[in-house]
Amino acid sequence: MSEPMIKHNSAEVLRLDQVRKAFNVGTPLETEVLHGIDLSLYRGELAALIGPSGSGKSTLLNLIGLLDAPSSGELYLLGQATRDSDDETRTHLRNQAIGFVFQFHHLISAFSVLENVLMPLMIRHGKPSPADIELARGLLDEVGLGAFADKKPTQISGGQQQRVAIARALVTRPPLLLADEPTGNLDTRTAQSVFELFHRINAQFGCAVLVVTHDPRLAADCARTIQLVDGHIVSDEANPSSR
Amino acid sequence: MRLANSLWTEWKIALRFLLDNRMQTLLITFGIAVGSAVIVFITALITGLQANVVERTLGTQAHIRILPPDEVNRILPSDDDSWSLVLESPRAQRLRSIINWQDIRDVLDQDAQILAVSPVISGPAIARRGVARASVALLGIDPPRYQRIIPLANDLIAGRFVVGAGNAVIGKELARDLGLGIGDKLRLDAGEGREAVVDVAGIFELGVRELDARYVYLDLKQAQTLLDLPGGITVIDTTVAEIFEADRIARRLARLTGLRAESWMETNGQLLNALSSQSMTTEMIRVFVGISVAFGIASVLAVSVVQRTREIGILRAMGSPRGQILRVFLLQGGLLGLLGSACGGGVGWGLVQVFNLFGPRLFEIPVDPTLVPLAMLVATITGVLAAAMPARRAARYDPAVAIRYV
Repeated sequence: MSEPMIKHNSAEVLRLDQVRKAFNVGTPLETEVLHGIDLSLYRGELAALIGPSGSGKSTLLNLIGLLDAPSSGELYLLGQATRDSDDETRTHLRNQAIGFVFQFHHLISAFSVLENVLMPLMIRHGKPSPADIELARGLLDEVGLGAFADKKPTQISGGQQQRVAIARALVTRPPLLLADEPTGNLDTRTAQSVFELFHRINAQFGCAVLVVTHDPRLAADCARTIQLVDGHIVSDEANPSSR
Repeated sequence: MRLANSLWTEWKIALRFLLDNRMQTLLITFGIAVGSAVIVFITALITGLQANVVERTLGTQAHIRILPPDEVNRILPSDDDSWSLVLESPRAQRLRSIINWQDIRDVLDQDAQILAVSPVISGPAIARRGVARASVALLGIDPPRYQRIIPLANDLIAGRFVVGAGNAVIGKELARDLGLGIGDKLRLDAGEGREAVVDVAGIFELGVRELDARYVYLDLKQAQTLLDLPGGITVIDTTVAEIFEADRIARRLARLTGLRAESWMETNGQLLNALSSQSMTTEMIRVFVGISVAFGIASVLAVSVVQRTREIGILRAMGSPRGQILRVFLLQGGLLGLLGSACGGGVGWGLVQVFNLFGPRLFEIPVDPTLVPLAMLVATITGVLAAAMPARRAARYDPAVAIRYV
């Protein structure tokens, strides 16, 4: 299989052009959840996506994460149009270009912390090389969990699991990091420290980070806040108060 | 290289999933092991039993007997435009020699499918000792040749295997009936005044009562004299390498010699029928045990796929292709089959050894060395096939939905 061209030096990581998403198309239950979204995300950006429940945040994130395809409009990831690409190409792009962090950590319990971090690389090319392992250990150190590499996910706390998930999302050095309410399941103090981590890696790795969050305080901390209401972007502005 | 390397990941995930669900894995492995043990044991038992029965049956008879054709009435054809009514009484079959039997023997000696050829003359007689009488079958044999058909010397319980020069070898039952021991005299009366007195040189026990009570072995010459067929023989006994080919070979020999050729399969029709019913029963047991094992594997994996929905979703989100997920679950099926059948094969083999050591000891079950590896191979393939449905389901999961599965 030939690898799709990925232009890592492109400043624009992601662009949505009049993206619509409808469910149950062609049935009486047809509902459009996203109504013509235009959105661009650039390298090094840390953006928060906020909005009430049912506003379409998760749907939008699924589209951006190539877990789902728009009903109309076009979604460019690293300059590549993706709406009509097949499952194989999307799967490959996910592995190459996107890091995911989910609300419920989603570590694989059968594997150790280190192996969980290595998983995207193992999916990509099989047995991890010594360099891969070194990279993964470095990332674990980065998220402050170097000492927990050989523990099972069930043996560490929720905040720690979320840090592992972040390390895992970063192991492929993705240009785009997506986080779906990464702190939704954590207490305030832990949530704050996880958010700190997003800031740090954003600064350090230069990837575009899009964080879906409910927490207005955390959102206010991001350089850019995108507000979604009823499938429309109602505001998209820079935060003067952010770092 | 790329495939081997990417399979590394599938192996790793499959193994970890199995180890992670230790209880499930253990239970289904136990189930597969029981199934494979039953299959291995029953296969070995029935194969051994059948081999034993066939061996015992063929231990006392030739595989193919070549006999002179029956004598039949020849009826002259009637004229074209007339009818004839025929009242025919079948001919009495007198003892007749096979014509040119030496030539036929030499031809058969050259035949690649035939292992041994032994001309025999046999006919009825009365054995007498004092006032005791018994009806017997006289068998005139060429000892070295006959030994290759029925290794009579092995079945001797007294005396030596010597025929000719007035010596005879008789069965144990006959010896008992007539009160004969080694060296005793036995009078043989073949009718029409042809009589001879022979010394009992050996007593055999074939284990078949009928034969032990009736067979009297002489050399060819003496039997020919008694049965009034100078230089003749009445049957050519043969053995073949492929015993279950005997029917086919017999038909060929019949065409070749123009004589009657009877295979053991023809004369033991009932036995063969019993054997094939037995094989069919075994086959059914194997198939049904196999099916239930397959369903066991499939259901355990189906449950596992549901349990791991979220993990499958996250793997897909991280860029794991559908094929990889498919292979992970196919591998699990194969591994379960292999593991279970390895244990079960060992247990089945052990059961056979226990049966051989402590069982009724009527016969020994030999275990074909390929049986256990073959069972393992079949179980592994069954496992992969059984995993196909759950694996396809796992591979088809929509990652966006699977991730949010609770």
